[in-house]
Amino acid sequence: MAKRRNTKLKLSDVLFYVPTYIFYGVFTFLCIFPFYYMLINAISANDLSARGLIIFIPQNIHFNNFLEVFRLRGIGQATFISFARTLLGTVTAVLCTSFVAYLLTKKILWGQKFWYRFFIVTMYLNVGLVPWFLNMQMLGLTNNFMAYIIGVVNPFNLVLTKTYIDSLPASVEESAEIDGAGTLRVFFQLILPLSKPILATTAVFTAVLQWNSFIDNLILMTNAPQYNTLQFVLWEFFNRAASVAQILQGGPGGTADPALLMTGTSLRMTISIVVVLPIILVYPFFQRYFVKGIMLGAVKG
Amino acid sequence: MTAKKKPPFIKQQGFKLFLMLAPFIVLVFLLNYLPLWSWRFAFYDFRPGLDMTWDRFVGLDNFRNLLGNQFQREQLVQVLINTLAMSGLVVITMPLPMFFAIFLSEIKFAPFRKTVQTLTTIPNFISWVIVFSVANAAFATGDGFVNRFLIQHGIIEQGIPFLSSPNNVWITQIGWYLWKGMGWSAIIFFAAMTSIDTGLYEAAECDGAGRVARIRHITIPGLLPTLFVMFVLNIANFVNFGLEQPLVFQNVMNLRWIQTLDLFIFNQGITGRQQSMAIAVGIFKTIISLILVFGANGLSKLIRKESVF
Repeated sequence: MAKRRNTKLKLSDVLFYVPTYIFYGVFTFLCIFPFYYMLINAISANDLSARGLIIFIPQNIHFNNFLEVFRLRGIGQATFISFARTLLGTVTAVLCTSFVAYLLTKKILWGQKFWYRFFIVTMYLNVGLVPWFLNMQMLGLTNNFMAYIIGVVNPFNLVLTKTYIDSLPASVEESAEIDGAGTLRVFFQLILPLSKPILATTAVFTAVLQWNSFIDNLILMTNAPQYNTLQFVLWEFFNRAASVAQILQGGPGGTADPALLMTGTSLRMTISIVVVLPIILVYPFFQRYFVKGIMLGAVKG
Repeated sequence: MTAKKKPPFIKQQGFKLFLMLAPFIVLVFLLNYLPLWSWRFAFYDFRPGLDMTWDRFVGLDNFRNLLGNQFQREQLVQVLINTLAMSGLVVITMPLPMFFAIFLSEIKFAPFRKTVQTLTTIPNFISWVIVFSVANAAFATGDGFVNRFLIQHGIIEQGIPFLSSPNNVWITQIGWYLWKGMGWSAIIFFAAMTSIDTGLYEAAECDGAGRVARIRHITIPGLLPTLFVMFVLNIANFVNFGLEQPLVFQNVMNLRWIQTLDLFIFNQGITGRQQSMAIAVGIFKTIISLILVFGANGLSKLIRKESVF
């Protein structure tokens, strides 16, 4: 049978495609419009945004809010903490998890199977919020920056990395060992470079978790406002109306122009954009790693 | 050459490797296993005032109080209903990402398809705090753009308090859940679709099967195993609706309907001073959760002859 290309649009096609395109168009719009809305409100005149007049089109664009917001009490510090925990937390977690994964691929490791399970079980063993808090308190990890980055062995990433290292040809490693390279050297000079794809995947997932995390801040840092993260500061704005006013008071003030004067709305929108921007900016570049992660996760789950 | 004598245990390579692993074992033990020791506080009486003085051993009293006092019993029942309702909605809406993927893949115009795919996954990577910020920007009574829009067009006189309303809490929560996760959950189905034999589609076309017939008889059956895996994972997480979402959305008005087990434990044990009771509820939750994980895995072994975990 000769292959026939459809050149004419059939009625059934039109009936199918029109609603389909409309649905996906609307859904996609709903997914991105809120971010656009927050952005235009953050860069429009503050007196207009406070009155809710900025809906589709930005007006009297200025970028003063982004400068101003970092001068407000606690926000520069919170930005620093958010970046610090994301960078340190990701680097240490990826290194440690892949090192543990590498050790666990070794059959000669004493109690290999048992220890592998010992790490994996923590994925399902949810001890509960209060015991976790009491334990962290006992270990002196409350009001302590270390609490953010101490959990360096992520069981899920451990499974992914171990599976990947297992799939590397054993001969490479053996030849290096014959040449007299020690375990650490093999790990750093051979295993790490070879595992780059999986490390990138686990790194982006860890980084997103770190950046977005705020429960640990809320529960563990009650007496250490210097370790507050951006996510937490933003959450506080919604929860404690008073804190917005307080923070605004801490600002430099003195500007008479109502278009530039910080309001509760402009503050919320600006911080939301600061919190979201890193993710939106890096996401397109790392999308393939995220997708790869979920595929592997679905296989190994 | 004679066989070398086995070196003493502590000099063997396997033990050396173990020594390198040991620090991580200790760390994971301290962070993930040691908290179990705090479970004992569920059997103690906590006296508020002095910080963390867990003195009197009370046996099962905390568990009995949980069910004995009528107010508390009703509260706990409501919390269980909320948890099951929201998790139930998660399970019911589970096929939606599958259909999202199926219909999107029918669109042949690649730039549109790719754009939709990329943009709809973004909400999955933002925190619940930001989702709440979005909700606030959209639905706040004072300056939310939906209320603003409706008032401007004379549809309503006063702003509707969408976010602080006791009505339809479960539905709106599942709505946010889907807004955040739909595009991302669909990706797994896109992947599964690529593994369906294209020969089947060609054969179907020869037989004159239309779009609906192809979707019904080839695509959906091809995706069912994936859907089943998702189903098992969701069942295993039935009592874990998560803390962050209800926590950021909770307020005085919707508390009764939004309080899931995790949020209840947080409100009682972290914000409140009912640590012992919160731990007791947590133990109960952990046990149910483990039963569900093993149950779901058993189900998977029974039906697919393959373990999910």
